[in-house]
Amino acid sequence: MALLEVKDLKVRVEEREILHGLTLTVNEGEVHAIMGPNGSGKSTLSHVIAGKPGYEVTDGQILFKGEDLLEMDPNERAAKGVFLAFQYPVEIPGVATMTFLRTALNAQRKARGESEYSTPDFLRKVREVSKSLNIPQDMLKRGVNVGFSGGEKKRNEVLQMALFEPSLCILDEMDSGLDIDALRIAADGVNALRSPKRAMVVITHYQRLLNYIVPDVVHVMSKGRVVKSGGKELALELEASGYAQFEDAA
Amino acid sequence: MPAVQETVERVKRIDVDQYRYGFETLIESDKAPKGLSEETVKFISEKKNEPAWMLQWRLEAYRRWLTMTEPTWARVDYPKIDFQDLYYYAAPKPKKTVTSLDEIDPEILKTYEKLGIPLREVAMLEGVEPKPGEEDPARRKIAVDAVFDSVSVATTFKAELKKAGVIFMPISEAIREHPELVQKYLGSVVPTSDNFYATLNSAVFSDGSFVYVPPGVRCPMELSTYFRINERNTGQFERTLIIADKGSYVSYLEGCTAPQRDENQLHAAVVELVAHDDAEIKYSTVQNWYPGNSEGKGGIYNFVTKRGDCRGNNSKISWTQVETGSAITWKYPSCILRGDNSRGEFYSIAISNGFQQVDSGTKMIHLGKNTSSRIISKGIAAGKSQNTYRGLVTAHRKATGARNFTACDSLLIGDKCGAHTVPYIEAKNSSATFEHEATTSKISEDVLFYCIQRGLSQEEAVGLVVNGFVKDVLQQLPMEFAVEAQKLISISLEGSVG
Ligand SMILES: Nc1ncnc2c1ncn2[C@@H]1O[C@H](COP(=O)(O)OP(=O)(O)O)[C@@H](O)[C@H]1O
Ligand SMILES: [Mg+2]
Repeated sequence: MALLEVKDLKVRVEEREILHGLTLTVNEGEVHAIMGPNGSGKSTLSHVIAGKPGYEVTDGQILFKGEDLLEMDPNERAAKGVFLAFQYPVEIPGVATMTFLRTALNAQRKARGESEYSTPDFLRKVREVSKSLNIPQDMLKRGVNVGFSGGEKKRNEVLQMALFEPSLCILDEMDSGLDIDALRIAADGVNALRSPKRAMVVITHYQRLLNYIVPDVVHVMSKGRVVKSGGKELALELEASGYAQFEDAA
Repeated sequence: MPAVQETVERVKRIDVDQYRYGFETLIESDKAPKGLSEETVKFISEKKNEPAWMLQWRLEAYRRWLTMTEPTWARVDYPKIDFQDLYYYAAPKPKKTVTSLDEIDPEILKTYEKLGIPLREVAMLEGVEPKPGEEDPARRKIAVDAVFDSVSVATTFKAELKKAGVIFMPISEAIREHPELVQKYLGSVVPTSDNFYATLNSAVFSDGSFVYVPPGVRCPMELSTYFRINERNTGQFERTLIIADKGSYVSYLEGCTAPQRDENQLHAAVVELVAHDDAEIKYSTVQNWYPGNSEGKGGIYNFVTKRGDCRGNNSKISWTQVETGSAITWKYPSCILRGDNSRGEFYSIAISNGFQQVDSGTKMIHLGKNTSSRIISKGIAAGKSQNTYRGLVTAHRKATGARNFTACDSLLIGDKCGAHTVPYIEAKNSSATFEHEATTSKISEDVLFYCIQRGLSQEEAVGLVVNGFVKDVLQQLPMEFAVEAQKLISISLEGSVG
């Protein structure tokens, strides 16, 4: 079943059109990779799906589980199961990671009409997940991402993904700034979350990440459009021949 | 952690017009005639059955006041106050002497309930004692000396405090019962001639708290007073005097909220603290007076003089304030570091929204040797408000080894507000080390969006980020009030974004 349907999406930022009619369908259980050169609009797409202010959708639509996503507030989208792992996770000084996780989780649960987690249940869950991601408890007491290394920040994103159990995970350049070991830990965390009910959109500039998170479908983006889609072998093809061929196609 | 959660829970979509605490209590009152004259001063003194020396003191202040002019140096702007158009005294009509809370007007008790005080009040009413070794902060006792309008209507836990030798009573009572203490200390920190508003207060102060902690005594409970303004056009002139004798310790919390008003109300309190050798006073304030409506109409004018005198060696005075209310705030809780090795601290959160104007800060006057002071100020400006930190740190010639650390951070929410930092530093002594750090930042859209993407609403996100910003100061509050203050911070920023 289609989880996410982006249809002929046109988006402007500050009067300039960035996405020129983008179409993309992601089904439940699938992992899609979106590859493309810098500036092709990958982050823009992820931001528009998540509902970041500052983007003007001039045409097209986005359906999530058949519902009009663009009509929803961004926190409502989160509660419905849209999760964006940011390319550059922000720091929130003075707000302990643990406090943040709990506040966010309970906000989502409340929006869905579910009861809040009890403290022991919550702690158990966080401990379990953080252990599998190699996140020390002491890190959870620190301010959100404050003084975290690049790898720790990305693992913190995966931790939240595991905790909130979203049905759509968008990972924007998860590999940027990570060494191989850090990348492997984060990718293992992501792979553990693959499930028949959950879809993932993995945005990356490099093929490398896709050795660890193996996609079902690969899309090539160029100049605000999806210009080619194929299986995982498409990524290898790109690695060999580069993006230049698609720039012309766009 | 649950506190933040609770904060988030409490945030509802209201604007400043729907001020939560905007209600009036319907009780009869007893007013002085409008305006200010020697007659008014005599009326107040008489109402309080004061001894002649007290009346004399007031009259001298009044005469002095007539020669003074309002200060204009603060970055606040308001229409001229007609001091003859105010009432200077109002008291609930005394029914009879109150010995227990049961005898208090149920209307008054209801007011406290609306303020959300019952949590602690219940513990207080029932005298819930924590089991030995059990330090449950929610059940820790708090003595509330309730100032309702101008007259204290209830004093609780008096007996237990008495056992410890602590004197905690309305200052009007202390003037009659402990004249030697009051005469010795009143005006010894803030002289009657100090400034326009302090002098006015000296002439017409209505009531307030008096605390004396004898040598070597650690006050067995938090002392707290709730101030309420409840009479239309009534100036409030609180007077508080706290003395910590040698080697003693006391923590005092003052919290206030005021009913909604159309006319501006003047509030000019004076608080004096005296710490003798090895004594420590911790004074915390949660201030939530009516800030005015969304057009900037109404609201309290809060012109306060608060000063602590570290009179003895090794003494310490610590001010913590959470200022969210009032249309205009003019307030500089200060420390005179007279004793050698004495220490002054000032922790402040000042939030302004709507049309509020805040000019607040502190003065640290280093006189003794090896004195130290610390200033942590967090200013948050939203809406169309103006928020100024004004601080003075001085070291006198004999104050060798004086040290100060100041960190002054401002956070702007939106682009119609202003934050200003005005530090004055004077070191007349080359051995002084003064450090000053200041930052001003805008609340980051990316940070807000990050929170919102994780499920928080815009307002919850602002509340969370701001609570993180002020965390260092919140930690200084007694725990039960930290939770309340956290809620207040979120509530006062409602409607500031989006
Ligand atoms: N906030 C913005 N303001 C102006 N231009 C922007 C903004 N965000 C993105 N762009 C422009 O949109 C294009 C696509 O950017 P982006 O979506 O970040 O690409 P990618 O993630 O594929 O590198 C770029 O040309 C970039 O300069
Ligand atoms: Mg990008």
